[in-house]
Amino acid sequence: MQKRIYGLETEYGIIFTPEGRKTLPVEKAIRFLFEKLITTEHFLNVFLENGARFYQDTGCHPEYATPECAAPRQLIVFDKAGERVLEDLQNYAEEKIREERIPGKLSIFKNNTDFVGNSYGCHENYLVDRDVDFYYLAEQLIPFLVTRQIYAGAGKVFQAQDGVHYCVSQRAQHIYQKISGTTTNDRSIINTRDEPHADREKYRRLHVIVGDSNMSEYTNFLKVGACAVVLQMIEDNYINKDFTLRNPVKAIKDISYDTSCRRKLRLDNGREYSPIEIQREYCEIAQRYIEQYPVSDELRQAVFMWSHVLDCLEDDPNRLDTKIDWVIKRRLIESYVERFGTTWNDPRVFMLDLQYHDIRLDRGLYYLLERRGAVERVLSDDEVIKAKTEPPSDTRAKMRGEFIKLARQNSIQYDLDWSNIRLGNLLNVRVICNNPFETDTEKVAELVRTIQRTNLRKTSLSKLVIQS
Amino acid sequence: MIQGLVNPRRGDRLFEVARAAGGQQQKQRPKGGGEESSGSGDGAKKLAKKGGELKEEMDALIDEIDEVLEENAEEFVKNYVQRGGE
Repeated sequence: MQKRIYGLETEYGIIFTPEGRKTLPVEKAIRFLFEKLITTEHFLNVFLENGARFYQDTGCHPEYATPECAAPRQLIVFDKAGERVLEDLQNYAEEKIREERIPGKLSIFKNNTDFVGNSYGCHENYLVDRDVDFYYLAEQLIPFLVTRQIYAGAGKVFQAQDGVHYCVSQRAQHIYQKISGTTTNDRSIINTRDEPHADREKYRRLHVIVGDSNMSEYTNFLKVGACAVVLQMIEDNYINKDFTLRNPVKAIKDISYDTSCRRKLRLDNGREYSPIEIQREYCEIAQRYIEQYPVSDELRQAVFMWSHVLDCLEDDPNRLDTKIDWVIKRRLIESYVERFGTTWNDPRVFMLDLQYHDIRLDRGLYYLLERRGAVERVLSDDEVIKAKTEPPSDTRAKMRGEFIKLARQNSIQYDLDWSNIRLGNLLNVRVICNNPFETDTEKVAELVRTIQRTNLRKTSLSKLVIQS
Repeated sequence: MIQGLVNPRRGDRLFEVARAAGGQQQKQRPKGGGEESSGSGDGAKKLAKKGGELKEEMDALIDEIDEVLEENAEEFVKNYVQRGGE
């Protein structure tokens, strides 16, 4: 599929640190976050003007799901915009907390673990062709996803019995199965939840729950871009090699523990490859593929970056200390340890690990590096700010975003989900949009106009359904 | 070409200082890493010229990090317990 819908769901870690005896339960802190979002939708579950969804998820995590995006770069713009939206809400919540006279600080982290073994996810969604056999697709994709962490991992400091270690991925240690239907226990590499929010005859949703949340724009773009190229190759039946791993679940953990990225893994066919070598094989196939098949400029760029990153990993992973999250963070910690003559056992090392992911521009260590020009950017501030309120122009999210603006201007009650726009108390007055590539905002405008015209005779509305 | 991907490599430069001090870095690295080689030849040459200046820049960066780093790190990390999410 050349045209594809992409989505990213990010669950954030949240904690209130009291400066006194009075504390604030996390449930209440989250309610403060949502209070600013005035809407007629359900509390703790709303759609934003940019078409994204913001809600409270399992385990009291604020979660932001990007609007439907049509390309990887757009996707990471909207993922980054989610951090900025949440930061605004955090500022508001902190004000409310001050009004309640509870001294303390609210912190929000875009990471995937605490230090006692709990995990919360970053889920990638890719719309794929229904005609492709799902298990064939999954088997082809798993070796790629298992080894992708060498350039997509966010890095993690952890305490083991024999001392403090650093590993490549936040999420790898929380994966227990290859494929499964659950997301909160027995987490898998690929989840079978198939909610395409689109024509089920044509599409299915591929739900990847193995990835880390990324701070680095470069890492985030490469994570999604490389995966999109591999998906397209699988759909075109282009991959002619078999990298099936003997034990992918063990492999994903082993790779995470090996920051050299060189230790060999056993394949089902008895051969042994390092994670770099497996990625290199996929990348070389991709380099041939883009010469023969129509591929977007962006995905070509992703292949170029992918190859460059593998060159660096082969030579010395430290060459990626401005581009790839796990390397950037490790370098930061090493420099800190050296400057202050301390060791990796210092609690400050764990704090550095955590605070790298703080979403606040003034507190987050990633953002401090960004201000100093110490990390490579892919996006501009302007486009991220614009994406806080403007939906993507080339997907269904445009209709949703436009509708939300119109409905607010006209004080119309509404209720939304990914493929429906419902109005007022007349829940059968709605726009159904099963095609995620549809952008016809005229339908939305028409619906709003109809509502305004017929305010006096609501009964005539009850049969109105605009199907697209 | 995608906007922003062609980047002045300022970031690369900044960290080269630490790379040049490779031997010392290796000692500090925690277990589990450790197999990769440290430093690169041409990086070291560039450093001979601008080393002092970059070292200062790097130190300033780490000092700035120390300024914003949560003061009560041990307590904060201990209390940072999340419920399992998805």
